[in-house]
Amino acid sequence: MSDTRLADPGQFVVVPRRKIGTKILALVFITMLVLLVRAFWLGDIAWSYVGENLFSKAVMAGVVNTIIMTFCAMALGILLGVLAAVMRMSDNPVLRSVSVGYIWLFRGTPALLQLLLWFNLALIFPTIGIPGLFSLRTVDVMTPFVAAFLGLGIQQGAYTAEVVRAGILSIDKGQTEAALSIGMTKLRATLKIVLPQAMRVIVPPIGNETIGMVKLTSLASVIQYSEVLRSVEDIYYVNSRVIELLIVAAIWYMAVVTVLSIGQMYIERYFSKGWGATGRKETAPAPPATIEEAV
Amino acid sequence: MEALIVAHGLQKYFGTFHVLQDIDFSIRKGEVVCIIGPSGSGKSTFLRCINQLESIEGGYVSVDGEIAGYRRDGNHLYPLSDRDVARQRQSVGMVFQRFHLFPHRTVLENIIEGPVGVQRRPKQQCAEEARALLKRVGLAHKADAYPGELSGGQQQRVAIARALAMKPKVMLFDEPTSALDPELVGEVLGVMKELAATGTTMIVVTHELGFCREVADRVVFMDAGRIIETGTPAEILENPTNPRVKSFISAVL
Ligand SMILES: Nc1ncnc2c1ncn2[C@@H]1O[C@H](COP(=O)(O)OP(=O)(O)O)[C@@H](O)[C@H]1O
Ligand SMILES: [Mg+2]
Repeated sequence: MSDTRLADPGQFVVVPRRKIGTKILALVFITMLVLLVRAFWLGDIAWSYVGENLFSKAVMAGVVNTIIMTFCAMALGILLGVLAAVMRMSDNPVLRSVSVGYIWLFRGTPALLQLLLWFNLALIFPTIGIPGLFSLRTVDVMTPFVAAFLGLGIQQGAYTAEVVRAGILSIDKGQTEAALSIGMTKLRATLKIVLPQAMRVIVPPIGNETIGMVKLTSLASVIQYSEVLRSVEDIYYVNSRVIELLIVAAIWYMAVVTVLSIGQMYIERYFSKGWGATGRKETAPAPPATIEEAV
Repeated sequence: MEALIVAHGLQKYFGTFHVLQDIDFSIRKGEVVCIIGPSGSGKSTFLRCINQLESIEGGYVSVDGEIAGYRRDGNHLYPLSDRDVARQRQSVGMVFQRFHLFPHRTVLENIIEGPVGVQRRPKQQCAEEARALLKRVGLAHKADAYPGELSGGQQQRVAIARALAMKPKVMLFDEPTSALDPELVGEVLGVMKELAATGTTMIVVTHELGFCREVADRVVFMDAGRIIETGTPAEILENPTNPRVKSFISAVL
């Protein structure tokens, strides 16, 4: 005890802990990575096919279609999700039941199965329309794009509804009551006061789901929609370079997901800063000098 | 003078719990009534019934001759639509214990949301009125601040301005100073005194007995879901006869 008390702080030297475990672990993983890369390098992969097809017209068209489908399906999903969430929280038991039923039905079945159902709708409804007004052949309407759009968007809506609902529930009930007390209807209070505040909670998971959707669109390849996976399949059916072309598709998925992840990071940063108490100062429109005075 | 708000035989249940039992109450135009009573006696619930934030199970509340939540045709009452209930609420301003300003809107936007967004009045004019109201509550310089940048007392004064912007016939205050640090209570009570002095009809639930004594025309004492005493501040606060009122007042002082 007395020894420590009398010691001059300057006489101690801190000896860093030797992180042997970390070093061994890193070594193991690097070795595994090297072996893996080597295996692929030496494997029977004709890399020239990857390079040739990466920017080929057919593959690029597929990438564009994948992106288009991602955004269309997400847009439909968000629209239906907000609608279902607001209906779910309404006082009207019919609206509530419809919403619960929708979520139950479309979360309860695989997305692939739903795509196939939409695509094959003509088997049970040869024509669709309003009797007496107009009528269309289902096979003409239910193109691969439409079937994929409906299938992916509608099932996405069922998931998004739960995300939106959680966001709405995260906002203090007092906000709704204050809005009602100045004469807003319940719907207006939800849309103008509650939802904007709930965005902070809603946006990050929606970003995640958008990234999920990029990959989910690959299911549409099954119903002839020419997104990127379908495009590479069409090519390898001809030249049999299966792995090479799947690598092409993988590279494109990763590229799109990477771009979206970066976007998501910025969006999250924006929303976690916004709306709330003090954080807002930084984004407030007034010049900093005025705010400093005001505080 | 005719009563502005009337509650008659009002009954309210939460499940099987009888929160408000046979409440009879009225307030005339320009009158200030303070409601006091122990915690859990149903004071907040009563205010919320007046503003239709709670459903009622018996009796009725009327505001300026209109029965809250219903359209009357002879002896038949027809429930109003969401839109019509919202219209009725416009004539009742409410100030909450915990302010509930909209955090994503500036002070000015909070105040004009009702007049512009709900009453569809011209924005220019509403903004001018809002600035005048802010001046009245002593916050003219905070128009462009966000609620999160204000102290509790300032937020509550903005909340009062937000309610006043709708030009309500009556203002309800639910313990407006209970969530405030002691040194901020005075500024809010000051604004409320000014309102009372300028003829605003007010129902104030509060534990600030000094405020009641100074401002109230009448004091109502609630206990366990009933109104058990009503009278002038002097009658209720200075010489309470009812033993429950007596013990409550000695406990608060
Ligand atoms: N939403 C509710 N559900 C069930 N009970 C409630 C609810 N709100 C209030 N109560 C109960 O009703 C009683 C009266 O509450 P309240 O009106 O807030 O009293 P006060 O404002 O006088 O303190 C309390 O016992 C409270 O627990
Ligand atoms: Mg209360």
